[in-house]
Amino acid sequence: MKALIAILFTSILVDNFVLSKFLGICPFLGVSKNLNTAMGMSVAVIFVMLLSTAITWPLYMLVLVPLHVTFLYTLVFILSIAALVQFVETIMKKSMPPLYKALGIYLPLITTNCAVLGVTVLNIDKQYDFLQSMFNSLGVGVGFMLALFLFAGVRSRVDKADVPKFLKGLPITLIAASLVSLSFFGFKGMIEKLFG
Amino acid sequence: MVPVVVSLAFNAGDVLIPVAITGFLAIFFGIVLVIVAKFFEIPSSEKLTHVREMLPGVNCGACGYTGCDGYAAALADEGVPTGKCTVGGAPLSAALAEYLGVEAQTVEKHVACVMCNGDTDSTRTRYEYQGISDCVTASMMFAGPWACTYGCLGLGTCVKACPFGAITVVKGVAIVDNDKCTSCELCVASCPKALIAMIPLREHTYQVKCRNTTSGADTRKVCIVGCIGCQRCVKACGDDAIHMQGPLAIIDQDKCTACGKCEAVCPTNTIHHFHPGVAEPAEVAATAQIVS
Repeated sequence: MKALIAILFTSILVDNFVLSKFLGICPFLGVSKNLNTAMGMSVAVIFVMLLSTAITWPLYMLVLVPLHVTFLYTLVFILSIAALVQFVETIMKKSMPPLYKALGIYLPLITTNCAVLGVTVLNIDKQYDFLQSMFNSLGVGVGFMLALFLFAGVRSRVDKADVPKFLKGLPITLIAASLVSLSFFGFKGMIEKLFG
Repeated sequence: MVPVVVSLAFNAGDVLIPVAITGFLAIFFGIVLVIVAKFFEIPSSEKLTHVREMLPGVNCGACGYTGCDGYAAALADEGVPTGKCTVGGAPLSAALAEYLGVEAQTVEKHVACVMCNGDTDSTRTRYEYQGISDCVTASMMFAGPWACTYGCLGLGTCVKACPFGAITVVKGVAIVDNDKCTSCELCVASCPKALIAMIPLREHTYQVKCRNTTSGADTRKVCIVGCIGCQRCVKACGDDAIHMQGPLAIIDQDKCTACGKCEAVCPTNTIHHFHPGVAEPAEVAATAQIVS
C-alpha cells in the first residue's frame, strides 16, 4: 500500500511528466489557454493512459517476453495504443455522444503522444507489476492535469502583462513553462524523506 | 566506438518470429477496427453539413449552443428556431428557414451599449494609474482610477474581447459602433463593471447611460453627466417606460415608444438617443480622438 502511494506521489509531483520529464509538451502548450479545454484534455489523457497500460502491460508480459522479442516493444506499443484509441473513439461516438462531445475531439490528438507512449514504456522500465503500473499511469495523468491547470493560470497572467514584441506568443510561454518546471524541482528528494 | 558484429549466417527464425508477431498484431487490430467501424457507423447527414456551412463560424456561443457546430446540430436534428444566431441576424434566419423548410423566426437586432458617458470632460481621476492596461486589473485597485467607481475605465478590455472591432475607446470611455456590432455578447462578459448591456436597435432608441446607484448629490460630485435621480424623465414619459432603481433611472425598452421626451427634460444629458448607421453618441464621435 505504501509503495502504491509512493508511486502516486512520484508520478504526480516529483517526476511530473510535463514539468520534470518534458513529455507531452504539445498538448500542454496547445490546450492550456482555456480551462475548459484543459479539463477535457486532461480527462482524455488520464483515460487513454489507463487503457493503454491495461493493454500494453499484459501484451509485453504475456506475448513479447515469452517469445524473446522484447526489443519490439516500441513498435508493438504504438500499434496497440493507436488501435485502442481509434477503437474507443468509434464506440464512444456512437454509444456515448455526450462523452464524445466532451472529450472525443482530444482522443486523436493524444493517440501517439509521447506522454502516453512514455508512461507505458516507463512501467516496463521500472519493472512495476500490473497494479503498480495502473497506479503509475493514473498518477501521471493526474500530474499532467495538475501541470495543465497550473499553467493555465500562469498563462492568463502572462496574457495580460506587457510583453516585449519579440517575446510575444510562444517564446514567453516557453520561458514561463521553464520557470514553473524549475519550481517543481523543489520536490526532488521528497519521496525518500517521506516514505523512508 | 561501438563494436559492430556482422554475422553473415543468421537464424531465419530470429527474423521471422518478430515479423510474424508484428504482422499478426497489425492484421488483428486492423480487422477489429474495420468490424467496429462498420457496426458503429453513424450515417453522415448532408443537411447537417450544409446548415453548418451556412452559419458564420465565429463560435461565439451567443445562440446558447456549443459553438456553430452545436447550433447546426440542433437546427438539423431538433428543429430549433432559426433566429438564434445574432451574428447572422435576420438574413441568416431567413436563409436557414428557406433551406430547412420552416418558418423564419423574427429577429430584432440588438447591439451592445456601454452604459456610461463619463469621459475625460465629464469626470476626473482620483489617482494616476500606471499599471497593466486592462480594466479587470485596474478595477482591482480601489475600484479603478476614476472618481465614479461604477463607470467605464476606458482601458479597453472590451475592445480586445470584441472579435469584430466594434468597440473603440474615445476620451476614456468605450463606445460601440452599432454597424459593426453583431450581438455576439462577448464584450458583456468582459467588462468588470458589468456596464455593457444589449439593447434593441430600432429607428430611435433611448438609453440612460449611467449605472451609478449612489444618491444624486454623490453622483453629481463625481460626474457631471451622471444620473442624479431627479425623476423628471419619469414624469415626462407618457408610456410608463421609465422607473427608478433607487436614485437611478432605467428605461424599459419593451415599453419605450421612442418619443424622446425624456432626453429633452434630462438636466444632466444622461439620456442618449442613437439610431442605426451612426456610431453613438453622434456628437462625441464627430470629435473623436482615440485615447489608447
